[in-house]
Amino acid sequence: MKFIRNLIRTPEGTVGLCILAILALIAILAPVLSPGDPLHIAGRALLPPFSDPSFPLGTDRLGRDVMAGIIHGTRTSLLVGIAAALAAITIGLCVGLTAGFAGGLIDEALMRLVDAFQIVPGFLLALAFVSVVGASVPIVVLAIALGAWPNPARLTRVQVLSIKERDYVASARVIGMHPVEIALKEILPNALPPVLALSAIIVAAAILTEAALSFLGLGDPNTVTWGSMIAEGRNILRSSPFLSVFPGIALVITVVGVYLFSEGLTKALAGRRI
Amino acid sequence: MNRVLRLIRRRAISSIPVLLIVVVLTFLLLESASGDAVDAYLLSIGGGDATVAQALRQAYGLDQSMFARLWLYASSLARLDLGWSVAFGRPVFDLILERLPNTLLLMGSATVLSFGLGSTLGIVAGAKPESLGDRALSTVSLVLYAIPSFWLGLVLSIIFAVQLRWLPTSGIETIASDKTGLARVTDIAWHLVLPVSALTLIYMALFLRVMRAGMAEAWTMDFVLFARSKGLSRTRIVLRHVARNALLPLVTMLGLQSAAMLGGSVVIESIFAIPGFGRLAQEAVSGRDAPLLMGIIVVSAVLVIGVNLVIDIIYAALDPRIGASEPRA
Repeated sequence: MKFIRNLIRTPEGTVGLCILAILALIAILAPVLSPGDPLHIAGRALLPPFSDPSFPLGTDRLGRDVMAGIIHGTRTSLLVGIAAALAAITIGLCVGLTAGFAGGLIDEALMRLVDAFQIVPGFLLALAFVSVVGASVPIVVLAIALGAWPNPARLTRVQVLSIKERDYVASARVIGMHPVEIALKEILPNALPPVLALSAIIVAAAILTEAALSFLGLGDPNTVTWGSMIAEGRNILRSSPFLSVFPGIALVITVVGVYLFSEGLTKALAGRRI
Repeated sequence: MNRVLRLIRRRAISSIPVLLIVVVLTFLLLESASGDAVDAYLLSIGGGDATVAQALRQAYGLDQSMFARLWLYASSLARLDLGWSVAFGRPVFDLILERLPNTLLLMGSATVLSFGLGSTLGIVAGAKPESLGDRALSTVSLVLYAIPSFWLGLVLSIIFAVQLRWLPTSGIETIASDKTGLARVTDIAWHLVLPVSALTLIYMALFLRVMRAGMAEAWTMDFVLFARSKGLSRTRIVLRHVARNALLPLVTMLGLQSAAMLGGSVVIESIFAIPGFGRLAQEAVSGRDAPLLMGIIVVSAVLVIGVNLVIDIIYAALDPRIGASEPRA
């Protein structure tokens, strides 16, 4: 509770939280705000924005409602961003905890694996993964997580290495706690906060990666995404630039919201009063 | 100098197992694809019978076992042979070598510009933390850094190429213009203005933020307090003491950023139709060209290792404590 109060006390945290709350509401209420399939043809093709009250942002080449696309795109963006970050942090925590706690050869081997994933450009990896396995929402999530887990893994390992030497861990060992229990009950909860502070940045990066993947046509073809809307609008950029501009603005607002939230989070975690 | 040589040798040795992991994992990933390059090729030429497919598979060694092929790949890799691109019908190594200069030119210019601008503006912002100028710069950089590069590229080209017609929309140079010498250089530079600006604006925001954060931290250090108590001028403290210490994390950032930049080249080169490394990756994906995609991933890993090695050397030159016999971080 105190933590949330600290978060709200920072101006960044407040604004970020507001933006994200609104976006989350839009995502949850998408079927109410704009019923029906956003990929269905709704009206006349290429209506300019702000001209027809039933299509406030106009329609695209096939007569699909741009507003509906943006509303439903919020769902995909947030869902993929949060799911990918969760997956990346879970993998990172497991690898970092194992490496830091086990030490020795296991640590060495796991850290080489982390190095390997860190030197391959994450986007190329995601591209290769999606093209091999096939585009669907879970695969896109996994593909993004594949490039994002090394950072939390490194951070967790460093945390574990320092916590491992503390007295309460030593006393847990003395009273005969099982090493797995020590790792999960004593070390993990204390290693968690800095890794969680990283999570918002991972969400933002994941949202941007998802947009880039679907922009290149490697997103789930059955879901509407902002990236694919931008790509669709690109074909008629000269006559109707708004088709690409609107989903991009939605993307920027979302990522700014996540960044602000993350700054507030970092400040609140540091316990600094602003 | 000895210190630097030792650093290079140690890094080279430690990179070998990492590269091996990259090769094996990428190989296994591409191996698990349904359908191979021969299927894709036959599809693209409108089909062929089973004997043709069989012959092609034999020619490319696709009929052997997975481990035999992995071994074959790794051993030819040691001779700098990256295999044969099915989609292009050319050696992968030649293709990459042909495309790489465009990407290096694009990324190099964007890096130099964004590093220069970002660190300068970061110094301006960090000179007086929490001042009005700092807040303005921090806000602008936050928004800039949230913009996806491909969308910024599109918006810039809508404004400057489509509406105002000041700059070319795409390509690296005017096609079939037979320009040579200086005229060709200006032509290429002209084509690069928009993609480089898009990348520079975004990376500049990142460097600005890192620089500013580093400076805000340096202000709280004892040596800055000492410099102030000595009565040094503010400009001198900002430049010689605060900014100088904030510069090191920025150099580290540059190394970490190199992988992200190579990945980002895919979308920006697709927007501006620049025949570079990233576009080659996209072409490999759409052509289901596994050997080419594999080669691209391996080469990008080698590039990232190389950039980080150069940065380590710069670091060692800047900081004499590094490199002698420090344990792995």
